[in-house]
Amino acid sequence: MTTSSAAEATSRKPRMTRMTPYDEAMGRYEPVLGLETHVELGTATKMFCGCPTTFGAPPNTHVCPVCLGLPGSLPTTNRAAIEFTTMIGLALNCRIAEWCRFARKNYFYPDMPKNFQISQYDEPLCTDGWMDLAADGKTFRIGIERVHLEEDTGKSLHVGSTGRIHGADYSLVDYNRAGIPLVEIVTKPIEATGALAPQVARAYVTELRELMRTLGVSDVRMEEGSLRCDVNVSLMPRGASEWGTRSETKNVNSLRSVERAVRHEIERQAGVLDAGGTVVQETRHFHEDTGTTTAGRSKEYAQDYRYFPEPDLVPLAPSPEWVEQLRVSLPELPSARRERLQKEWGLSDSEMDALRNADALDVVEATVAAGAPPAQAYKWWLNELSRRATEQGVELATLPITPVQVARVAELVAAGTLNDKLARQVIEGVLAGEGDPDEVVRRRNLAIVSDEGELAALVDAAIADNPDVAEKVRGGKVQAAGALLGAVMKASSGQADAQRARELILEKLGVPS
Amino acid sequence: MGTDLIRLTAAEMAAVIASGETSAVEVTRAHLDRIAAVDARVHAFLQVDTEGALAAARSVDERRAAGELLGPLAGVPIAVKDVFTTKGLPTTCGSRILEGWRPPYDATVVRRLRDAGMVILGKTNMDEFAMGSSTENSAYGPTRNPWNLDRIPGGSSGGSSAAVASYQAPLGIGTDTGGSIRQPAAVCGIVGGKPTYGGVSRYGLVAFASSLDQAGPFARTVLDAALLHAAIAGHDPADTTSIDAPVPSVVEAARGADVAGLRVGVVKELGGEGYQPGVLRRFAEAIELLDSLGAKVTEVSCPHFGYALPAYYLIAPSECSSNLARFDAMRYGLRTGDDGTSSAEEVMAVTRAAGFGAEVKRRIMLGTYALSSGYYDAYYGSAQKVRTLISRDFQAAFEQVDVLVSPTTPTTAFPIGERVDDPMAMYLADLCTIPSNLAGNAALSLPCGLAPEDNLPVGLQVMAPVLGDDRPYRVAAALEAGYADRWGHPLLEEAPAL
Repeated sequence: MTTSSAAEATSRKPRMTRMTPYDEAMGRYEPVLGLETHVELGTATKMFCGCPTTFGAPPNTHVCPVCLGLPGSLPTTNRAAIEFTTMIGLALNCRIAEWCRFARKNYFYPDMPKNFQISQYDEPLCTDGWMDLAADGKTFRIGIERVHLEEDTGKSLHVGSTGRIHGADYSLVDYNRAGIPLVEIVTKPIEATGALAPQVARAYVTELRELMRTLGVSDVRMEEGSLRCDVNVSLMPRGASEWGTRSETKNVNSLRSVERAVRHEIERQAGVLDAGGTVVQETRHFHEDTGTTTAGRSKEYAQDYRYFPEPDLVPLAPSPEWVEQLRVSLPELPSARRERLQKEWGLSDSEMDALRNADALDVVEATVAAGAPPAQAYKWWLNELSRRATEQGVELATLPITPVQVARVAELVAAGTLNDKLARQVIEGVLAGEGDPDEVVRRRNLAIVSDEGELAALVDAAIADNPDVAEKVRGGKVQAAGALLGAVMKASSGQADAQRARELILEKLGVPS
Repeated sequence: MGTDLIRLTAAEMAAVIASGETSAVEVTRAHLDRIAAVDARVHAFLQVDTEGALAAARSVDERRAAGELLGPLAGVPIAVKDVFTTKGLPTTCGSRILEGWRPPYDATVVRRLRDAGMVILGKTNMDEFAMGSSTENSAYGPTRNPWNLDRIPGGSSGGSSAAVASYQAPLGIGTDTGGSIRQPAAVCGIVGGKPTYGGVSRYGLVAFASSLDQAGPFARTVLDAALLHAAIAGHDPADTTSIDAPVPSVVEAARGADVAGLRVGVVKELGGEGYQPGVLRRFAEAIELLDSLGAKVTEVSCPHFGYALPAYYLIAPSECSSNLARFDAMRYGLRTGDDGTSSAEEVMAVTRAAGFGAEVKRRIMLGTYALSSGYYDAYYGSAQKVRTLISRDFQAAFEQVDVLVSPTTPTTAFPIGERVDDPMAMYLADLCTIPSNLAGNAALSLPCGLAPEDNLPVGLQVMAPVLGDDRPYRVAAALEAGYADRWGHPLLEEAPAL
């Protein structure tokens, strides 16, 4: 044990450099970012065959001669995938090629059935676009280099101590994923972000994810790997014009990780440069647990992919009319929608950000659509339900309560049937599966008591139980009525109509309200 | 009866089966007997599917008995090159690396043969992954030419051509990437057609060079070849490179057999020095025959044909280096070196070293080099430009003439072993056939006599524009009739008995 960890420490030693703290690094260096994002498209069938794309099937059950690359099999192009990719390109303000081809990317790996990947090389479907985003109140325009279409590989499971192919006892391959359409979206170099680089990277991926959802082209579940990000980072001394050597951190699979990976690479590279070293051009692996990256293969041994046009597929030639049809039928895009909703709802920038961060835009919109005032919808989803979702570690939208139910709670509050405290109990009941809000109110008997007789009895009892307080009130110390009201509320388990109860107390004690 | 049956043409076999004069089972048995009698010497087949063949024949007989209308080739046996996937039947492509692989699916061509009621006798020998011109590159030993067992039967589809020429099957399926149907047809004295690229589906054809590979028919008569062509051709949605257009009327053309007024161009660049004298002599006679049949013969220049061979030997190996990458021991076929300690990468390397033959390795290396970064433009890129120039040569020529003609091969069948150590000499066998693969146009080879110096068959190549597949059949049928008048019998009857 000792020996092995000592050996490990030695083998890692050359890579260990002191990191430069972030703020210090930003004082001396300017980062340049590049993001390559892979999105699995939500088509019903695979890119080049008719196999289903559903996630989670038993290994190697969604396969056929084509996606297994059996000798003699040939690919045929999935039209829906072309359509989805074109939509993405249009939404990212790209130029759509009138003629383009697939290309073969040749390399050997056991999870690649043909030992080449059908991808696009120098003739991508979409090029030269942009996307605007906001980070920390500032707007950034991110250039989009290209959007192209390719097929996913199978998935390897390396069984053994390392979890990687090297040192594994054996490996298992699941080809269900092989051939699922994958869109690669590559940014142009992102400059002049300064210290906001990590937030800009995160905001970009967030925006991209929302865009995919809005277009309905992918379910973009990062945890299932349907959106994966490669993060390129380089540093140059402040004021320099020539970019530094970049590292490429592969498969960063959550929004938070994107931000952390950028931050870590900035600190690490600054450390290397500060120590007089040079940054090595290499791919790196990101570790979720530590938030750090470690070196993968160096570009010195870079593969020569020997790209050439895929001879098994005829070129793609989307007609301008068809592209135009897609353009006019694009749904309202996320940024435009947010702008519109913010105006309609009268929310501040920070409230809007909070909504996005909680992923609550859709549910709040649906709640407003169901009749709730925007402020109420915002309040219940953001303050009450978002907290519960976080506590349970689930996504907000998956909580067992519908926007219609939340709107009804808001309506009951507005009608005076519930106060906020009761409303929270109703929501709790709905979440516990006790039925619709009205049903929960009835079953739990939660409605506010505003019956005059019932209230009068409660007030009488409170006065009788607290003669001293009652005397003070009578003597003109009106504030003391609060204690009597407290007693009424306590006796009614919070259900008494507080306003009416207060009026009654003052009335009965002969104080003008 | 058996001997008579195997000497019928495919059209005649279908007729006697359809009329009930004989049964498909009888026809099939006659061929299985012939295979048993001669194939130990010819070695045309890698796999004979006796049970499958008889079952298919029985099914045709049952359908006939039930009064079903049978297709024009129902019950006719056929030999299929081992480069097509056949469900449950081993498919090796002449390579060790696929030894024991039983595909889970039928190639489109194979499915169409079955749908036509044809009887698949078995899978025929070939140069490994269709790379070669002699069938000597098969991992399972060479096939011999029925005209002279010491000679090559051509390649890469030498198994199918030898099977048809030796009456083991009336029809055969081959593939033609650089001449692999036309050249074996020529040296075996039979008819072989390469359809327009995209005319026949490549789905289930194990790829050598995707942009060049094309399946086509072997037969002893022009009409039989046309009937088989019609049975396998036509659009297939499973192959995006397959042409979505009506199949040219090849059968009508083969029955038409009229060349009066047809403009025939003799390709200036294909002939002359380096060609065997007997080949040139028979070619000249064929031109005279065409002239006497009323065709208008002129000479046409195709200036870029001289670059076809080098361009081909960049494009085909480039594509093959990628196409053959999938043979890696991971999912099917041969696996060697898996001793429990080797990595996947090592097993791949060891298996590929053991499973591929020398010619396949040579071409994988050539192609890998030609595609590598820094060399791509000079090699693959330039070759593609040459390809365009050759297509333009054809286009220009077909503005002047209806068909082009040339010898199919510069020589007759050469002795087994003669060129195995000289790849360049071997590559020259496809000199005349390669341009049509690069341009994707239709072409066909038909027998035009024996070379006097070695008494071996000479082939005449007829080339037509893309989708002009009917024209070569029309020309070939006219010549076939002309030769029948001159010779009084089919050329194949001059072949020595086996």
